[in-house]
Amino acid sequence: MDLSFIVIQSLSGLASASSLFIIASGLTIVFGVTRIVNFAHGSLYMLGAYLAVTIVPMMLEVDRSLPMFLLGVLVSALIVGVIGAGMEILLLRRIYKAPELFQLLATFGVVLIVQDLVIKVWGAVEIPGPRAPSLRHGVFIMGERFPAYELFLIGAGLVVLAGLWLLMQRTRFGVLIRAATQDREMVGALGVNQAWLFTGTLFLGAFLAGLGGALQIPRVAINTQMDISIITEVFVVTVIGGMGSVPGAFIAALIIGQLQAFGILIFPKITLVLVFLLMAVVLVIKPWGLFGRPDAAAGRAILPEGILSLKRFGKGDNVVAAVAIAVLLALPIFGDNYMVKVGIEVLVLALAAFSLQFLIGVGGIVSFGHAAYFGLGAYAAGLLATKGGLAMEPALILSPLIAGAFAALFGYFIVRLSGIYLAMLTLAFAQITYAVCFQWVEVTGGDNGVVGVWPSSWASSRQVYFYLVLAFTLSAIIALRHAIYAPFGYGLRAARDSAVRADAIGIDVARIRWFAFTLSGAAAGLAGGLYSFSKGSIDPTMISIPMSVDFLVMVLLGGIQTVIGPVAGAAAFHSIKDFFMPLTDFWRLFLGLSIIAMVLVFPRGIAGAASLLGRRNTPAPGPAPVGSSP
Amino acid sequence: MTLLVVEGLNKRFGGVVAARDVGFALEAGQMLAIIGPNGAGKSTTFNMVGGQLKPDSGRVLLDGQPISGLAPRAVWRRGVGRTFQVAQTFVSMSVAENVQMALISWHGQILSFGARAETLHRPQALDLLDLVGMRADADRPVRELAYGDVKRVELAVALASAPKLLLMDEPTAGMAPKERAQLMDITAAIARERKIGVLFTEHDMDAVFAHADRILVLVRGEIIADGRPDEVRTNARVKQVYLGDMGVAAAMRARRGRA
Repeated sequence: MDLSFIVIQSLSGLASASSLFIIASGLTIVFGVTRIVNFAHGSLYMLGAYLAVTIVPMMLEVDRSLPMFLLGVLVSALIVGVIGAGMEILLLRRIYKAPELFQLLATFGVVLIVQDLVIKVWGAVEIPGPRAPSLRHGVFIMGERFPAYELFLIGAGLVVLAGLWLLMQRTRFGVLIRAATQDREMVGALGVNQAWLFTGTLFLGAFLAGLGGALQIPRVAINTQMDISIITEVFVVTVIGGMGSVPGAFIAALIIGQLQAFGILIFPKITLVLVFLLMAVVLVIKPWGLFGRPDAAAGRAILPEGILSLKRFGKGDNVVAAVAIAVLLALPIFGDNYMVKVGIEVLVLALAAFSLQFLIGVGGIVSFGHAAYFGLGAYAAGLLATKGGLAMEPALILSPLIAGAFAALFGYFIVRLSGIYLAMLTLAFAQITYAVCFQWVEVTGGDNGVVGVWPSSWASSRQVYFYLVLAFTLSAIIALRHAIYAPFGYGLRAARDSAVRADAIGIDVARIRWFAFTLSGAAAGLAGGLYSFSKGSIDPTMISIPMSVDFLVMVLLGGIQTVIGPVAGAAAFHSIKDFFMPLTDFWRLFLGLSIIAMVLVFPRGIAGAASLLGRRNTPAPGPAPVGSSP
Repeated sequence: MTLLVVEGLNKRFGGVVAARDVGFALEAGQMLAIIGPNGAGKSTTFNMVGGQLKPDSGRVLLDGQPISGLAPRAVWRRGVGRTFQVAQTFVSMSVAENVQMALISWHGQILSFGARAETLHRPQALDLLDLVGMRADADRPVRELAYGDVKRVELAVALASAPKLLLMDEPTAGMAPKERAQLMDITAAIARERKIGVLFTEHDMDAVFAHADRILVLVRGEIIADGRPDEVRTNARVKQVYLGDMGVAAAMRARRGRA
């Protein structure tokens, strides 16, 4: 490697860093003020790009010049800003006080909606953007050709940095943003009109996302996967920099940009892994990022209302459970092939959702990447059965062990964090897993996955496999449920309710949370293993963010405060999905709207709503329980 | 042997000296109060004894064994129970279950998958609740209780491990006056009967002068007085920097009330 090569490589790293910073600064400002991690920030970025490929060519029709190009970019970004403000008024405003899990889910609902709308308006094909006039040439630096537009991008990042600095230091709006980032309550107490401050902040944040997106059009072909791919990178940048810190985002973007530029030379396959590893290391050393500071609220997760209450099964519940099991046992005898297939899927998903509920409801550990362990189980089983040449039986036994081992590895770091940082780290580990399975084509088959994952011959009939799945999932669910009522589960709840008190009565909080994470990961891995043999194949969608979100939706749909809710939630969710998905092109739109409605209207889920109805019919003795601790 | 010996504890937070050469001793069955104005370093001293904070230098000896720098759960294992300034309980559990958790942990069963937690050590938990007068409420959710009652439950939780030393950080903060006297009476009776040393901080001078055997006055991280209540009350320096005339009057009242 000679010097000129290093310089060019580092310049191109700077150009990506610059784009990353523009987008990440928006996310971090929005988080600083509203304390919401806006999943839809990536969608706003994508909208910026799509609007720009529409608007910029129209501008260039008028006059093929750089100013017209920039005007088009600016107009696109402004429109995105307005969309962001609209999102604040319609949605975010209603969930500022909600638990972070609901905030993440609601904004992910927006991601789903935008995805379908973009496909509806612009189609699913990639759209190449126009080049920027006067910046189409290359510049020679130390004898190497370097695109002028990349240099322009580096400049744009610096302009945004300077602009934000001026805004923050010299304007009233900027001062208010900084004040609210430090102490939101105090700003409210001083009589600042919060509504306008928050709407304005969202406008600014969305504008930056849109600007970042619009500036990409000469560099990359615009596509419908831009949102998820950018949001994970931007999450990493903001988390490493410290959530809410603009200078932090700048430094982190520089580091990530260089890491990618040079990492790709050394480990071309695993640049994404490098990036997430860096994030994991930073979070372990500095749990609030490089420039972030611990704030009182971040120390404790805000948990969903009415968190798990452990009522014993009453007579009625026992009857319901017995009937449900009887129906399941009879299903392969009376049901057709299709019903048996759906039954298998429901059982598998129920186990996965139950294991997630174990983490969230009992442990207070809000995992946003539970699909990682489901997927690891599926991949372990699938790869062992095809490439490893193992029979189904040992593969099924190994799948929870392997998923559990990875859960133990990732969980060791995860359980030391709390709140939104914990959720981000679970997401990061899930994305590492996804990236490895996606990029390591020789072993995992990449995007296509691996086919030919079939059960042993004795279990090859769908009916027999159903009973096999029923036996595995039911015993796993019963075992987990037993753990909830055992000292282990109580200890986990104790650590969730008050870590300080738990520590003061001798409970090793980190260790019990770690064991729980491992156990839950293993259970999800078993579900994944069973799933891969039922489908006959594995592919990366089993590990993707949408899969993690599906699990969360199942848990919420069933209600977070009942032990058996997630099972009902999985059944309801999968049936609805299976019924509606073939009927509509707008499944994601529908799902997104449903998630938002659920978070806004039924935060306690189906089972919660049912118990609420039940309570309404019987006069409540004594004072109503208070939702939170004193 | 002296139950608790604290020697030369120092702690700085940046430029602020929270504790400077803090040293004292506490005998079994004795109640030692730490008083002082806000920011005097009471909670810092307290947390260094309880393991929540690591001292920059100095030693804490329990029964002659060093415990400074150990994690809170290790300090607890060696026989130190504690209550917190803002009561810390397991809000999703019943009163009895809160105490049972401490007993389960004391018996080393916290990672067990065998039994049902709600039945474990229940009789002992009820006995402890009896001790603090909360037995009748054993099956109520702890979050439904009045704050004064929560503090009593916390005391029962702290007693579950049969501690040699009780650390109580502002045990009566946030309670009504009548409840305060009750809680302190219960604590004092248990401490004397079971030979438990009690180290407590308190803002309520009535509670301090009525119940403490000895009082430690901390100002800006330094001990300015250490002695029996009547000695501390008449100490000119204490009067000047902390108690003031009203405080001394309250202290007199509290002594009379007790005698």
